[in-house]
Amino acid sequence: PPAHSHCDWIGPPDKHSNLRPVIFYVPPEESPLERRLREARQEAQASNQRFWARHNRAFRQEKEEFIYSRLKAKGLEMRDESGQKATLNAEEMADFYKDFLSKNFKKHLQYNRDWYKRNFRITFLMGQVALVRALRWLRRRKKNVEQ
Amino acid sequence: MSAARSCRPPRALAGLFVWRLRNTGVRQIPCRFVHLYHVTNNRLITFQYFNFLKRMYVTQCNKDLSQRAKPKSDSIVSPFHELQQSDQEKKVVHKISPVSPVHQSLSEMSSRNELREMKSAAETEDSVIPVGAESKEDRQWKEMKLRLDDLPGILARLSKIKLTALVVSTASAGFAMAPVPFELTCFLLTSLGTGLASCAANSINQFFEVPFDSNMNRTKNRPLVRGQISPLLAVCFAASCGIPGIVLLTLGVNPLTGALGAFNIFLYTCCYTPLKRMSIANTWVGAVVGAIPPVMGWTAATGSLDAGALLLGGILYSWQFPHFNALSWGLREDYSRGGYCMMSVTHPGLCRRVALHHCLALIGLSTVAPVLNITTWTFPVISLPINLYISYLGFRFYRDADRSSSRKLFFCSLWHLPMLLLVMFTCKKPVLQKEDKGDLPGGSHEMAMEIRLP
Repeated sequence: PPAHSHCDWIGPPDKHSNLRPVIFYVPPEESPLERRLREARQEAQASNQRFWARHNRAFRQEKEEFIYSRLKAKGLEMRDESGQKATLNAEEMADFYKDFLSKNFKKHLQYNRDWYKRNFRITFLMGQVALVRALRWLRRRKKNVEQ
Repeated sequence: MSAARSCRPPRALAGLFVWRLRNTGVRQIPCRFVHLYHVTNNRLITFQYFNFLKRMYVTQCNKDLSQRAKPKSDSIVSPFHELQQSDQEKKVVHKISPVSPVHQSLSEMSSRNELREMKSAAETEDSVIPVGAESKEDRQWKEMKLRLDDLPGILARLSKIKLTALVVSTASAGFAMAPVPFELTCFLLTSLGTGLASCAANSINQFFEVPFDSNMNRTKNRPLVRGQISPLLAVCFAASCGIPGIVLLTLGVNPLTGALGAFNIFLYTCCYTPLKRMSIANTWVGAVVGAIPPVMGWTAATGSLDAGALLLGGILYSWQFPHFNALSWGLREDYSRGGYCMMSVTHPGLCRRVALHHCLALIGLSTVAPVLNITTWTFPVISLPINLYISYLGFRFYRDADRSSSRKLFFCSLWHLPMLLLVMFTCKKPVLQKEDKGDLPGGSHEMAMEIRLP
């Protein structure tokens, strides 16, 4: 993002977490409320990034291991004659998906609770900041009208 | 469909087109198809479900669509081999122009949403070619500034407008089937109120699900995920749609409809959406979400909750299961990675059994309709072929449990519901008794409708 910009910038999805990173703009006269909002958003972004990057990496890894072990059990290699990666069909993968979901169930419950709390807090802070800004703008307008 | 599946990735685009053309050609009725996925979530929808909030439709592959007040958006079905990255999203929406030239355009599809989930139907209506251009633009850094010209499009996507339209249409079907003379103003108020409530619920659903949506292929282009709109604005939009919508229903129509609308919003946003990540019971909750809009339409017309309303709701409830379960069959990987508890992942046998049972239940419910004096006895007779066909596909899905049978069942459910509602409407028992029942069913019905101006 260019240096002179006055707003946040959002980028393409991250390779590991699929989340879009945001670069937050820090205004020179940032009020404490605005700072709290920005920090909350940064924290949420970092926490989400950590969770999903780790989760997706684990998924990919366990999927590879599963495919490898199943192929070995069937007596096949990872790559067939034409050099293409050998894969299992949907029904065989279904066992893996079921397993993966149940293994990570508690982790997801914890993350959900965390995410909902953060989301509400950030939105509430946004509301407060917007309200303060609106009041400030109204006060300024009243002053201009009076002058 | 097999032609598309045997295509290699480079030929995927051509295969997709061929598949779409083939699919369109099969239909006898003149329709435009836009496939809607739900969400939603969940649903969904969907992603779906979609009906009043079918959600989905959606969701979504969850039912995304259920307009139900809040449809769940349902996920999309990739025609390609599961191992390929499914970037393709297809949206098919059925639009069927009614037989009688008189009033409501019935029979739009409600898919679950979120949805289940949904759903939520993906907003991107583009087919294969624009996807390439879009992803390139996607890789750039963008300002997080709200542009006013983009706002209508963004809000349309936020509220899953197509899913909402389907939900409103099922509510209109409920209104039309009620055995009272037709009132235009009441009908319009009901549709508007239902639509607003649906928009509100869909927006809240997307607000809750940002990190999960970004990780699933179907939903990664939603406005909140892309940062095109702030969460605060999404909530304000939801409030500004939901509150007037419910107030409109309560004051302009009747309190019962308003209460049902508010309840449906609550059910979709506070029960279905969190439940999607906790237990497979979300599918049943989402089915209820999808069933409520026609009940709302009925209560708007008659002011009371009779057996007819419950029957219509029951038909939509049963329909959600073959629709959503078939859809979710192809999305097991995304659901598993995203942490969604769906039957297709955790209890696949149950998933197929439930779909089959509800296909059969549709036959039973269609037979009950004339008993309750909603339709004539021609309805179970005429609807039997389509109900038998969907039951047959449900049985094939139960037995084969593979991609092709799930897709066949899903696509069948897409035209099955509008047809069923249309047939039901034409077989509706006339409000005033007429001797010449030998006429076109639509003809005698027309006379029974009076338009009362306020």
